[in-house]
Amino acid sequence: MRDRITAFLVLLPSLAAVGIFVYGFIGQNLWVSLTDWGKNPAQALALRPELRFVGLENYRELFTGFVDVRFRQSVVNLIFFTFFFMGGSLGLGLLLAMALDRGPKGEGFFRTVFLFPMALSFVVTGTIWRWLLQPQGGVNVLPTLFGLPPFHFPWLTTRQQTWVFDWNQLPFYTALAVGLTLLYVAWKAHREGERKRLFWSLLSSGVLLVWAFTLGRTTHLLPYPEPHGFSLALVGVILAAVWQMSGYTMALYLAGLRGIPVEVLEAAKVDGASEWQTYRHVVLPLLAPITLSAMIVLGHIALKIFDLIFAMAGLDYAPTDVPAIYMYLLAFRGNQFAKGAAIGILLLLLVALVVIPYLVSQLRKEVRR
Amino acid sequence: MRKWLLAIGVALGLSALAQTGKLEIFSWWAGDEGPALEALIRLYKQKYPGVEVINATVTGGAGVNAKAVLKTRMLGGDPPDTFQVHAGQELIGTWVVAERMEDLTSLFRQEGWLQAFPKGLIDLLSYKGGIWSVPVNIHRSNVMWYIPAKLKEWGVAPPKTWAEFLATCQTLKRKGLEAPLALGENWTQQHLWESVALATLGADGWANLWSGKLKFTDPKAVAVWETFGKVLDCANKDAAGLSWQQAVDRVVQGQAAFNIMGDWAAGYMSTTLKLKPGTDFAWVPSPGTSGIFMMLSDSFGLPKGAKNRQNALNWLKLVGSKEGQDAFNPLKGSIAARLDSDPAKYNAYGQSAMKDWKTNRIVGSLVHGAVAPESFMSQFGTVMEIFLQSKNPQAAANAAQAIANQVGLGR
Repeated sequence: MRDRITAFLVLLPSLAAVGIFVYGFIGQNLWVSLTDWGKNPAQALALRPELRFVGLENYRELFTGFVDVRFRQSVVNLIFFTFFFMGGSLGLGLLLAMALDRGPKGEGFFRTVFLFPMALSFVVTGTIWRWLLQPQGGVNVLPTLFGLPPFHFPWLTTRQQTWVFDWNQLPFYTALAVGLTLLYVAWKAHREGERKRLFWSLLSSGVLLVWAFTLGRTTHLLPYPEPHGFSLALVGVILAAVWQMSGYTMALYLAGLRGIPVEVLEAAKVDGASEWQTYRHVVLPLLAPITLSAMIVLGHIALKIFDLIFAMAGLDYAPTDVPAIYMYLLAFRGNQFAKGAAIGILLLLLVALVVIPYLVSQLRKEVRR
Repeated sequence: MRKWLLAIGVALGLSALAQTGKLEIFSWWAGDEGPALEALIRLYKQKYPGVEVINATVTGGAGVNAKAVLKTRMLGGDPPDTFQVHAGQELIGTWVVAERMEDLTSLFRQEGWLQAFPKGLIDLLSYKGGIWSVPVNIHRSNVMWYIPAKLKEWGVAPPKTWAEFLATCQTLKRKGLEAPLALGENWTQQHLWESVALATLGADGWANLWSGKLKFTDPKAVAVWETFGKVLDCANKDAAGLSWQQAVDRVVQGQAAFNIMGDWAAGYMSTTLKLKPGTDFAWVPSPGTSGIFMMLSDSFGLPKGAKNRQNALNWLKLVGSKEGQDAFNPLKGSIAARLDSDPAKYNAYGQSAMKDWKTNRIVGSLVHGAVAPESFMSQFGTVMEIFLQSKNPQAAANAAQAIANQVGLGR
């Protein structure tokens, strides 16, 4: 009992601090996001601003408001950035790890070289890569070293977009994606013979898909079409981000590869598995938990990305905009504090979407132990 | 006896207070602009040797970082004694409407500044019967820069209207110049826009736009975007990757014929690039705006609750004085806001700008904070993006009007 009291007393200060400075402020931020702080310039920076409760108005404006088109592009950018950044870092990291796992000469040297970018901050990385990707310098002048004409690729400055879709179709696409996912769940449930799960997932999938192809096609968020797509200017940013983080995934994978018992690999060899088959059926499945934890770390970095883009393209360039940057612009330059807070909450939800399932699975594992 | 001691003590304390104390000056003047501020501070220290001056500079072009820091400090109840701010709506729309600033009208009367500064400037500094900051310098926004020798080589003259500009642009393109107009990152594009808008709307139309009398959706205002779109076709496609200096470099190196930039470009070319104003490089008002001086000004204000109010007032007096302005501006590359400053201290560009400052019609710049509050300016970037992405003048005009309504422009 005395031990418990001591433990509690020791923990109390940090509990109180975390309670106030983390959860208290999250709560305050949530409250601000539901007010109109910043709508009226006279109240925005007043000594005691009068805040009025407006409910979800700020969120509605962000997703369907006329002037917040930039926020929607930034969300699209964020999704593409996260996808390519995670894919690139994991893929390149795995390749590097597999190459180093074969124990080439000077392995330690290469390991250091590959891991080194991670020691830099994103601001430094961003500044260096901005120089490298200049329209009339850096990478673009490389061919002139061999007497060829320079490239004219506008790495960070292009306004071109690919995979353009209409924002109005978002309800349709969302329903379609969720419906198909549920259909997959139903199929798995069918194979595992779980009748109850099969029934519910099949039912909800059916409802969603029917809705998508009937009402979903005519439900419009905006009164006019609004195209968004993958900004090619992001390619430069993704390059820099992958360069920075692939060393980290390499280190993780290398540790994982070294941790695979030799007996397993030898058993595979005895069974007559080719090298490719060994990787496909033995090594990669064993690396799955590492991939998951790498995805968590990379995922939350991607969702919170700010400094890299700040350093590479600046705050004002919409084609490389992400929600964190738009939040900074709205709140700290435009004094739209409530709307900025709303974006903050949305980002928190996104990060939670990545982190919470992971935490839950970890906790379950610990309980099982 | 004790009374005597007390009296002496109080007297000593008071005199010490009058001479000492601190003064914290908050600004974003570092690097190239640092020496100009230092010159002012040196002058202040000569006059008030007992005061400890704290130079609280937050670096970052146009104050992007400084403004964020300032907001944190003001909201946290720790205002600096005086801070730099773009004169006009950037101050008024943010801090004056929030009742965070002291009215400086009496200081203006006492120092005779109502006569020393032109009326057009005083109008931009005023709101609801008060005058809210002391301007230390004037920059001009609507200037077109070129290299005379290059224009001669190409056989063209600096155009006087935008129609002429577009014709000249075609001529230059035929002569193999890919992008006759050099353009830089986002804010320099807005800077170009305000020159086009001023020419299209005229000085009165421009002023009406900001007082809310002229709607952005008015056909006249939509026409601004149409012309702007045509002008953009004459500019380089990699604009977003260039700083304003790099855009000026393109003109200097002959890769482009013209650049529209504020007159800090003159400082860059004469000080950094060592070019001679008037011969190595030259300037005209941006097309269609001759006789109009689109100004922006750095100024200092007095926040309510400043800890060293008297020292700050002394600083403001120095900032607005002839002596202070003539010490500051030749180093900063700007001109004095006062009408009576000494032309001999300035270079050829400064002298020509001073002449225009005294005779031209004065209007305020949008991008540099004179005519619209921050809440509008920061979202104007979005309007620009809508236009650059869609190339649709009506869409941009609608968005601009929507934001104007939202922030209550002109109210």
